[in-house]
Amino acid sequence: MATPILQVENLSASYRKNTVLHDINFEVNGGSLTGIVGPNGAGKSTLLKTILNLHPSLTGSVKFFGLPFIKAKKRIGYVPQRGSVDWDFPTDALDVVTMGLYGQIGWLRRPSRLHKERAYEALDKMGMADYANRQISQLSGGQQQRVFLARALVQDADFYFMDEPLAGVDAATERAIMTILKELKAIGKTVMVVHHDLQTVEDYFDHVLLLNRTVIKHGKTEQIFTRENIANTYGGNMRWMGEEQRHAVHSIE
Amino acid sequence: MLSILLNSNTGWVLLSTMTLGIAAGTIGCMAYWKRQNLMSDALSHAALPGVVIAFLLIGEKNLLILIIGAAISALIGAFLIQWITTASRISEDSAMGMVLAIFYGFGIMLLTIANRSAGGNQSGLDGFIYGQAAAMVRTDVITMLVLALIVVFIVFIGFKEWKLYLFDGQFAKGIGLSLKGMNTLYTAVLVTTIVIGIQAVGVILMAAMLIIPAVSARYWTQSFKIMILLSAIFGGLAGAAGTLISALGSGLPTGPFIVVVGAGFFVVSLIFGKEKGILIHYLQFKLHQRNQQSNTQTLKQEG
Repeated sequence: MATPILQVENLSASYRKNTVLHDINFEVNGGSLTGIVGPNGAGKSTLLKTILNLHPSLTGSVKFFGLPFIKAKKRIGYVPQRGSVDWDFPTDALDVVTMGLYGQIGWLRRPSRLHKERAYEALDKMGMADYANRQISQLSGGQQQRVFLARALVQDADFYFMDEPLAGVDAATERAIMTILKELKAIGKTVMVVHHDLQTVEDYFDHVLLLNRTVIKHGKTEQIFTRENIANTYGGNMRWMGEEQRHAVHSIE
Repeated sequence: MLSILLNSNTGWVLLSTMTLGIAAGTIGCMAYWKRQNLMSDALSHAALPGVVIAFLLIGEKNLLILIIGAAISALIGAFLIQWITTASRISEDSAMGMVLAIFYGFGIMLLTIANRSAGGNQSGLDGFIYGQAAAMVRTDVITMLVLALIVVFIVFIGFKEWKLYLFDGQFAKGIGLSLKGMNTLYTAVLVTTIVIGIQAVGVILMAAMLIIPAVSARYWTQSFKIMILLSAIFGGLAGAAGTLISALGSGLPTGPFIVVVGAGFFVVSLIFGKEKGILIHYLQFKLHQRNQQSNTQTLKQEG
């Protein structure tokens, strides 16, 4: 736990003329499960993409395991937002998961039976074995998300980045995904997740990164995830939804 | 009919338009999933000025040189579309519309000048507008064949990479596939397919060779591999059949016939296609409806 495996220094990024992220500095230790939390337009997805070289950075440096991204990319897995691809593409669930192995298979080579078996195991782990040969266009939103997660699992990376894996999925899928994330953490993998449901942050993540165009606070959830910090992140006039809910429950009682 | 086939030149031309159809069908699937069908239309129109300029420079009709001119001109068109889209507030479809019309207009203007110059009239450059496969000589055919086969080969060996690139480019980049490299390769094979096709099919209709086989194939399968195979077959058949029909009369342009045959495949696919074809869709719905109704009836009777 001593040496951080991700060091982000002075990172900034923009879309056209608008600076979306500025002065981003943080470090992540191995074996942690971090939730990236912030309002819409805070740059959560952009942060992930910039860290992973998918979006150009204006300034700053990012180091994984002390190395630049290019040298560390085999150890990194990325789960993009479900809406980032065209699910009408003619292929099945097993094939999408097999794509996670393409880096290991090697370019211009064909996947072997062994690779297909590993992809199937990953699907099975996500409770999707029955859907292996199902057209991806016929999967529900939650199932698509599980397929994406299975694709990341077969990569067998050490460090996972996930962009809103829990957005728009049902309770069963949310539970299945969180079980996997906690398992990953238990075997020493590091996970960073863009998350937008404030209610569940404390249950799901041991670390939290509050983001609004820059890092507002970052650290252990129990120390950082306070009312004051959340209000700072979401703008002062944000009403604390958790409390409102508690009131609602009380009144029913 | 038989005499046409026995005529050795027609045989070669037939082979080359078929191979062209196969290449265009294959690359058409790429353009389909990159959502760049209109782009291929813009690029084929943008190829025309390059053809004429190349002819004016060398003064003779050498297909390889004309193809190189076409490719340069199409690439300039592609670059302009890219540049206008990123550097100005003009959207991509407007940029494509502008490049298509301006390059084509410029090409026609140059063509008029070339036709007035000495020897230009007999050049057969007009054939590049609607396509004149019969005007092709042996060397033209070989040039076309070789380039078409290279294009098909590039797609074939990198099939897995193409699929990943088209389905999820960001993920592809994440696991180490160079997006810049793939984009360049994609543009290269697209432009190559377009420029080798313009003599046989013409700049106006070349895009149809890319679009129609791909959308027809989409109606028959839910597998990317089979979609490409079917699209190549449709393209090859349309190329061969269209050429054959146009060879029956003298001086008939090839392009329109190829496109009409391709359109025939499309109509058949649209109606009878296994995946969401109109007829199959309707029958499935009716069958399902009847089953559901008889189920409710038995339930009522039992109840």
